Amino acid sequence: MTLQNLDTAPRRARGLPAPPVRAFLSRYGLVIAFLALWQLSGTRGWVSPAVLPPLDAILGALWTGIASGALVDDIAISLQRAGLAFGAAVALGIPLGLLMGQLRPVERALDPILQLFRQTSALALYPVFILLLGLGETSKVFVIFWATLFPTLLATIGGVKQVDRKLVEMAESYGAGRVQVFRRVVLPAAVPAIFVGLRLSATTALLLLIAAEMIGANKGIGFQVMNAQYNFQIPLMFAAILLMAGLGLAANAVLVLLQRRLCRWSLD
Amino acid sequence: MTPDTLKGAVSLRHLSKSFTLNGQPLAVLRSLSLDIRAGESLAIVGPSGCGKTTLLRLLAGLESPDSGQVVIDGRPVAGVGTERAVIYQEPRLLPWLTVLDNVAFGLEVRGVARSVAQDRARRYIRLVGLSDFENAWPRQLSGGMAQRVGIARALTVQPEILLLDEPLGALDAMTKLTMQEELARIWREENVTMILVTHDLEEAIFLADRVLVLSADGTPPSLIPVDLPRPRDRNGAEFVRMRRMLMGRFGLH
Repeated sequence: MTLQNLDTAPRRARGLPAPPVRAFLSRYGLVIAFLALWQLSGTRGWVSPAVLPPLDAILGALWTGIASGALVDDIAISLQRAGLAFGAAVALGIPLGLLMGQLRPVERALDPILQLFRQTSALALYPVFILLLGLGETSKVFVIFWATLFPTLLATIGGVKQVDRKLVEMAESYGAGRVQVFRRVVLPAAVPAIFVGLRLSATTALLLLIAAEMIGANKGIGFQVMNAQYNFQIPLMFAAILLMAGLGLAANAVLVLLQRRLCRWSLD
Repeated sequence: MTPDTLKGAVSLRHLSKSFTLNGQPLAVLRSLSLDIRAGESLAIVGPSGCGKTTLLRLLAGLESPDSGQVVIDGRPVAGVGTERAVIYQEPRLLPWLTVLDNVAFGLEVRGVARSVAQDRARRYIRLVGLSDFENAWPRQLSGGMAQRVGIARALTVQPEILLLDEPLGALDAMTKLTMQEELARIWREENVTMILVTHDLEEAIFLADRVLVLSADGTPPSLIPVDLPRPRDRNGAEFVRMRRMLMGRFGLH
């Protein structure tokens, strides 16, 4: 009580903003300044609006695209591609990572080939996937899946391997068997690391989504970015880019929220 | 062995253990035999490398001897067992479980229903004075509090034998003194056999009925009875004399 009073009284006296406003500004101040600068540079003619349209023109193009339904199909197909690939990468990456982290022989046998695959750029392999799987949805989803798998897989392996041996020994001293040690010690200990992998994978999925759609698609947000540029619909191009950024932020926010719920113990 | 109705008597029979160091076998325990009465409090002291922690790990079943046996209540044992519980220097709490779930952990692992385990856990949380912290996360606890949780977890499985591996070694001097009183009280109230590895000679004299002194240079171990009335007074003449005698054995003054 006394300490708090001592702390807050002088702050008020100096006339600084109340803490919540200050916290908001210190966190988002730069973003707001950046967006304001963008808007001004277009309207004031510092940069040609044909190259860098002001924000209101971009938001206008975005609104028209969504309201007319033209962009909605693109959003849906892009979400489907990234979602399928991410889902498959998680469904394979987490169980495989848990297995490889737990069992030395499995890891020893699989590690070299996985390293080889990982170090080969997924985009370089895209033509190969197109040859093997055709130009349709499968090759697109597969190339995204390919690149998305590794962050989750490697983070899961790492998470399992860095489990504190002393905690495992503690559980064993109370009579826990292999399954119980895994379920009650190894798995929960690996969850924070797995989430780091999931967030990296989500970013990778969106990155590859755009690349794949730019190369060989006639629908999707990535296709729209390229297509709008060809047709010199610059506000629409920026609208599609903005949409991608929004998707990335949303995916990350969902994962952070999930992590907060699952790892309350590790957060302040 | 004493004809005692209490359980938790331990016999070490010709226990030997060596490790390989730089390709050379290094004997840390050489045919050690010792009888510990049920309900006794034994302290094990000695310089680092004397094998005191190894001895405790053999008793816990976390390591197996090269030869010899650990016999508990007349039965030779191998591996970990439900009649023993270990308290380590670090509290070793699971950071994703609350204090209550950490304390109930030992019972739950043994298949006791969650509600039963938690009821009993609450009793021991009260015993170590942490009832207000049942729902706290381990990261919110001080070192002394975390160690109390570790002690409560060990007591909750109601072991006959409590094995303590330098349990207060990482605590600050003040907390350490309080915790020594606490351990003395718990030992009295719970009727357990207590085997305590420590490098603190005063702690050994304060808590133990007998002190086992191990050496690192191959001199045979010796067993020193501590015939002082309880509760013990650290500043009593007998206590001070005893401490001086023990310190003298290690060349300290």
